[in-house]
Amino acid sequence: MIQFQYERATTTKAAINGLANNSNARFIAGGTNLVDLMKRNITAPTKLVDINMVPLKDIQQQNGKTSIGALALNSAVADNKLIIEKHPLLSQALNAGASAQIRNMATVGGNMMQRTRCPYFYDTALPCNKREPGSGCGALEGLNRMHAIFGTSEQCIAVHPSDMCIALVALDASVLVAGPKGERRIPFEEFHRLPGNQPEKDNTLQNNEMIISVEIPDNAFAKNAHYFKVRDRASYAFALVSVAAALNMDGKVIKEARLAMGGVAHKPWRLKEAEKALAGKPATEETFRQAAEIAMQGAKAFKYNAFKLKLGPNVIVEALKNAAGLV
Amino acid sequence: MNEAFFDKKDYKPLDRVDGRLKVTGAAKYSAEYVLPNMSYAVLVGSTIAKGTIESIDSKAAERAPGVLAVISHLNAIKLPSYQSKGEHPSEPSTKGQPLRVFFDNKIYSNDQPIVAVVATSFEKARHAATLVKVQYNKEQHQTDLEANAEKAVLPASGKKNPKSPTADYDRGQIDAFANAPVKFEAEYVLPTEVHNPMELQSITAHWEADDKLTVYDKVQGTKMTQKNFAKEWNLPEENVKCIATFVGGAFGNGLHNWPHETAAIIAAKQVKRPVKLVLTREQMFTMVGYRPRTWQKIQMGATKDGKLVAINHQSIGQTSTYEEFTESTLQQTRMMYASPNVSTRYRILPLNLATPIWMRGPGEATGAFGLESAMDEVAHSIDMDPVDFRLLNYTESDPDKNMPWSTKYLRECYDEGKKRIGWENRKMQPGSVRDGEWLVGYGMGTGTFGANRNSATVHAELDKEGNLVMHCAITDIGPGTGTAMVQIASNTTGIPTEKIAFHLGNSEFPNAGLQGGSSTVNSVGPAVLAACNALKEQLITMAAAKGNAAFASAKPDDVMFDKAEIQLGGKSAKLTLGDLLKQNNIEKIETTNESKPDENRNKYSMNAFSMHFAKVHVHPFTGQVRVKKIVCCADAGTIVSPKTAASQMIGGATGGIGMALTEDAVMDHRFGRYVTKDLADYHVPVHADVPEIDVYFVNKPDLLADPVGSKGLGEIAIIGVAPAIANAVFNATGKRIRELPITPDKLI
Ligand SMILES: Cc1cc2nc3c(=O)[nH]c(=O)nc-3n(C[C@H](O)[C@H](O)[C@H](O)COP(=O)(O)OP(=O)(O)OC[C@H]3O[C@@H](n4cnc5c(N)ncnc54)[C@H](O)[C@@H]3O)c2cc1C
Ligand code: SF4
Repeated sequence: MIQFQYERATTTKAAINGLANNSNARFIAGGTNLVDLMKRNITAPTKLVDINMVPLKDIQQQNGKTSIGALALNSAVADNKLIIEKHPLLSQALNAGASAQIRNMATVGGNMMQRTRCPYFYDTALPCNKREPGSGCGALEGLNRMHAIFGTSEQCIAVHPSDMCIALVALDASVLVAGPKGERRIPFEEFHRLPGNQPEKDNTLQNNEMIISVEIPDNAFAKNAHYFKVRDRASYAFALVSVAAALNMDGKVIKEARLAMGGVAHKPWRLKEAEKALAGKPATEETFRQAAEIAMQGAKAFKYNAFKLKLGPNVIVEALKNAAGLV
Repeated sequence: MNEAFFDKKDYKPLDRVDGRLKVTGAAKYSAEYVLPNMSYAVLVGSTIAKGTIESIDSKAAERAPGVLAVISHLNAIKLPSYQSKGEHPSEPSTKGQPLRVFFDNKIYSNDQPIVAVVATSFEKARHAATLVKVQYNKEQHQTDLEANAEKAVLPASGKKNPKSPTADYDRGQIDAFANAPVKFEAEYVLPTEVHNPMELQSITAHWEADDKLTVYDKVQGTKMTQKNFAKEWNLPEENVKCIATFVGGAFGNGLHNWPHETAAIIAAKQVKRPVKLVLTREQMFTMVGYRPRTWQKIQMGATKDGKLVAINHQSIGQTSTYEEFTESTLQQTRMMYASPNVSTRYRILPLNLATPIWMRGPGEATGAFGLESAMDEVAHSIDMDPVDFRLLNYTESDPDKNMPWSTKYLRECYDEGKKRIGWENRKMQPGSVRDGEWLVGYGMGTGTFGANRNSATVHAELDKEGNLVMHCAITDIGPGTGTAMVQIASNTTGIPTEKIAFHLGNSEFPNAGLQGGSSTVNSVGPAVLAACNALKEQLITMAAAKGNAAFASAKPDDVMFDKAEIQLGGKSAKLTLGDLLKQNNIEKIETTNESKPDENRNKYSMNAFSMHFAKVHVHPFTGQVRVKKIVCCADAGTIVSPKTAASQMIGGATGGIGMALTEDAVMDHRFGRYVTKDLADYHVPVHADVPEIDVYFVNKPDLLADPVGSKGLGEIAIIGVAPAIANAVFNATGKRIRELPITPDKLI
């Protein structure tokens, strides 16, 4: 058996201390991603700091924002009354992810930190720059049906697989993190990064930092929000394309819109130009179609994922139609 | 809506006799046997698809804690059977030379087992396996079916025997298609599918003495396994024991003995301890067979009013370079429809892949996707209802074998299925029915499979309390064989089911073939029947000898046990079993009976038939398909055990949904490695994909096929489901998807 240290932390401080002086130490929360990666020999931490006992499971409403602890379970967040009432988009997105069993183990922090499902990343016999920098990108000229159409680089074309994060980026969330030097807030949109020439780095969290909570500012989107996910089977599959759509409506006119896409980029893909185009317009299929066109600008497909260029805008329109109550 | 069979109030069929054991965890599967001094083996697979092993560095692995041995071709003991070149130690399976694990340094496919690491715990073995470093001399591999199609060959079985289902076949005129008034031609592709039963393949190998081997093995034939390993190790058959009391699904991948089994047996011999070996899910894709990717082309000619004139059907399926795997992909094209002119051409293509193996419904399910899709396409092109088109070309006798059917009640299936699915709501014009945003479509597909029967032997004993205990070597991979056999015995004797036990899955029990090819009830059922009748005859003789005149001229059918008191009744006389045995001074009576196929097989064509109807919704903008209802109608002869039989149909239909919509083992041919090789990426249908499945059985006995009257239904449960769904998708959208699975990207 691979020998590693195991330590159980009960406070945030102890957890962060647990990482000190060991760049190969990792937190373990639900373990639904990390343990798989360890079993497949993709990652081999020399130390695991179990953070499940750290009291970070609360979901609270305070000072104009909803704060969700990093260790809140995906299922607990999805079923939480406050979340269903104030941020139904997040609840829907969570329920569209994985399976009930996995959601009962998976945590908010772990979900944000989950790694790509690119099959080349998962097979140590195949090249992958993310797993082994410099070995090449197996997907670039390979089977890239599940891969990105936005923000790719020659080094990596993988997508971030989370559903939850698509809703969070749409809702202007921010991430509270803590490290040896104290706390800082990262806007959700800046938490995950594009691959560039460092595909091994998924996000901007430092090696010695811990996610404490996610904060969602109050908004007026609760009435008209929809998460639409298209996948290869009816449940329990990662998104081909997903869209989080939220509208603040004044009668039939859109006052304000939030739009983000999953399954298309190395990070949750916020569609700000399309949001602008929606503001002030009547909620019609025509308006949605125009916004979708704007949203798709700059998309670039590879050999097997060209369908996303067509599926993408269709899903945007469907998500918006559902959000606006047109279906 | 029709009431589902299991909702009916008067529906009280026998529950699974081993159900409680299974849901409580008391049922023991092959990886759950705990033996003293157990050790654990983990296999290392090759990372190239073709070439040779240059070197193996196992030093680090050998030094790792708990490691007992690192076994490869460099140090493995050579099996006696490895010496005889070209000989096949693994009949009855595919033709050729099965992979000889650890024999030499040759690599024939990716993830071929090349090293076994044996350690004192599974975790230690698993870790040490990651430390083994292998260098290769890589050669150019070929794994792409379409790119190599021109290299496909007629298999040896087809060359040798012109009557074989794999041989070239021509009925009537070869050029009939060219002259047909309506001509249709299309190509269809079914991707590689993997059986993926819930239970991983596993074996626990134990040398009880130098020349005495016991394996607890996940297989579909205990006798096959006993014979194969006896031959492989040059041992008398009685020195090899195979135990497979419970098997957690197999779908065909236990019809062959695979290299990992031999690897475990070699390891047990070398470390002189029992060895347990469980494959990983990823190894399930590469080490225990799969449904081969198959390309088909169909030419179908008809008259304008819907009479078939010609069918030309060709197919190419992949196989390995060392075994010729074949299946009956084109058989049904020869007999399903009344076309005067039919030609079939079956080819296989050896590639640098492991050997495939029959997967539920096997080739027939693959062929039915082509044939039943083409039938739908031609019906559409002449503006005819697809059911009417089939009825117009219905075969009243087998046009291939030129024999009458033993029984065929397919018409009844069409009629009942139409009613249950609501066929009258189907519109001929695709895309013309909607439910909200969703497009609605209806489709259907036919299935057929030979009513196979093998010889089987059952031992039965009846004690003075009226307990009936039977033994047979047959396995039960999940359909509920024990349940069906208990039901047959109870029907035959009148003994209540709770007093009957049927023990199976052990090579020391009386002979039976494989659990495969929908043949178990048809083969073992008659042996149960024979044994029960033999017991009755013994009792009649005893009763008559003791002066019970009423029994003197009795036949087995005349006597039945009275359920409550275990009294032997009939001929207006009654006798208590206990008294009769006491009078004869015996505790119990016993018998061993064999039942074999008879000469009717030479006079009749024996087949089971099924008809599947599907209703689907398709989302026009996102391409999502939701199957809303499936109706399965089966002409499978006598339905012995209605509940487990219906479960079979539901499972088959679910497999058909996977075939139509989700399952796809995708390979990157640059590397010859699969990229969808776990249950997250290889999509078997989940609950949300499976709608109400309504099952209807004709339930009319076929007593020409076998004395139980059953024709088998494991295969017909899936054959025809995928085309029914594909045809429904066409009816919903006007889009014809000829390469499965029908994923959303293909429909937008
Ligand atoms: C078969 C399958 C299907 C799935 N399908 C989907 C899907 O459809 N949609 C979807 O969104 N997800 C899906 N998932 C992924 C699932 O959501 C993630 O595995 C899960 O959210 C990870 O959470 P965890 O708590 O188990 O993380 P862990 O596995 O415990 O940890 C994952 C990573 O996060 C780090 N980490 C955990 N907590 C913190 C913290 N507080 N601060 C800093 N780092 C931390 C760990 O060190 C580790 O590197 C699927 C997973 C599986 C196995
Ligand atoms: S896309 Fe990224 S993760 Fe996938 S093979 Fe390329 S580098 Fe690796």
